Amino acid sequence: METKFEIEKLNLYYGSFQALDNVDMNIYRNKITALIGPSGCGKSTFLRTLNRMNDLIQGVRIEGTVKFDGKDMYGLNYDVIALRKKVGMVFQKPNPFPKTIYENIVYGPRIHGEKNKSKLDRIVEKALYEVAMWEEVKDRLQKPALGLSGGQQQRLCIARCLAVEPEVILMDEPTSALDPVATAKIEELLKELAVKYSIVIVTHNMQQAGRVSDYTSFFLNGKVIETDKTEVIFSNPADKKTEDYITGRFG
Amino acid sequence: MTARPIDHDIREITDDLLKMTKLVEETIRDSIKSLKEKNSDLARAIIANDENIDDQEDTIRDKCLKLLATQQPLAGDLRHMISIMQMIRDLERIGDHCEDIAKYTLRFEKMEFIKEIIDIPIMADMSAKMVKNAIDAFVNSDLRLARKVWKTDEEVDEMFRNIYDELMSIIDKEPDKSNQSVMFLFIASHLERIADYATNICEETVFAMEGNYEME
Repeated sequence: METKFEIEKLNLYYGSFQALDNVDMNIYRNKITALIGPSGCGKSTFLRTLNRMNDLIQGVRIEGTVKFDGKDMYGLNYDVIALRKKVGMVFQKPNPFPKTIYENIVYGPRIHGEKNKSKLDRIVEKALYEVAMWEEVKDRLQKPALGLSGGQQQRLCIARCLAVEPEVILMDEPTSALDPVATAKIEELLKELAVKYSIVIVTHNMQQAGRVSDYTSFFLNGKVIETDKTEVIFSNPADKKTEDYITGRFG
Repeated sequence: MTARPIDHDIREITDDLLKMTKLVEETIRDSIKSLKEKNSDLARAIIANDENIDDQEDTIRDKCLKLLATQQPLAGDLRHMISIMQMIRDLERIGDHCEDIAKYTLRFEKMEFIKEIIDIPIMADMSAKMVKNAIDAFVNSDLRLARKVWKTDEEVDEMFRNIYDELMSIIDKEPDKSNQSVMFLFIASHLERIADYATNICEETVFAMEGNYEME
């Protein structure tokens, strides 16, 4: 199994507050890794360290190493722009730009220099096809993205992320604002996307972590308590704290 | 620790499991009592009562299903539920063995026993105790007891081998007694199977608590 990220002794501070405490973890290629844990446990912070989104927050200090494809991504002269192209992100609330469906998808490729109209058309079709939306929206690509349903908007955001051909998709509670049908569509999509991409997903929904992920990592107070194959975490976790959390005894 | 709705439901199901166990344990004892006393009325009552055991299994299984569907138990809770669903099947099968023993009692109704019945009631007592203790171990999360009861099966097996040897030698030497000997052999075999189901319950207890089936 190929390792995509190798995280060693990662500490992260917001000013004097330590949000991540000595985190060690491997994230594997073409696998879905779920991060679970109570609010404020550090899982979203951890997710953001994987594409250096925390760089944008003032007062953040990071120790330890995070290697992406074997290279220390917090090392000197690391190309953060290239990293963020390879490591895309999808957020909790669908956040399409107030533009057309088409413009949402070509936004990234255009920024990265793609001007060829027919190439952009192909990118739009491919990205929408990958999120199983092409048939649904192919006749209204020039309509506002905000006119789509919540579930469609979220799939559009995933398509927008795929348009720049990433290798990793980070997802921060991508279905928490969606109804069960839209959620099921995203979950089905995740399984299909994992064939091509490595996915890391933060979720508060235990059943979702169980349904979609290959590996699950339990965070508590900034520490990784336990990482294991998902079926092990949900049937026979090694640590009592994991057991207590996933069975709803606390959190 | 938060009180969870699932705790209430698990408690209710566990109470039902204890009731079912009590009924099954009594049925094991009654089946041998009916045999010893050639009490056909009791035997018929056991046969009729099997339906109650089946009903209890259905009731508990339905409650388990509802809990799985609505509460989605995980980890220890999930293993606990899976174990209960296996145990009620084991208890139901034990009920069937008792029913079969009762059917033999009816066949003995007009016969004189070829010998005094000594070992079979002892074996029945051991098996009944195993069933009760196995469930107690589960309900009280008593791993030590579960493993101890599991080990007792060796004694029941040994007893069965002795009964088997004794009956085979009777069949050899006194062929006119072979009809009853075969019937006793079947009865002993039913009791031996009952003890086996008790060991299953012990294994399920270890699984529920530890997530494995390591009995020794």
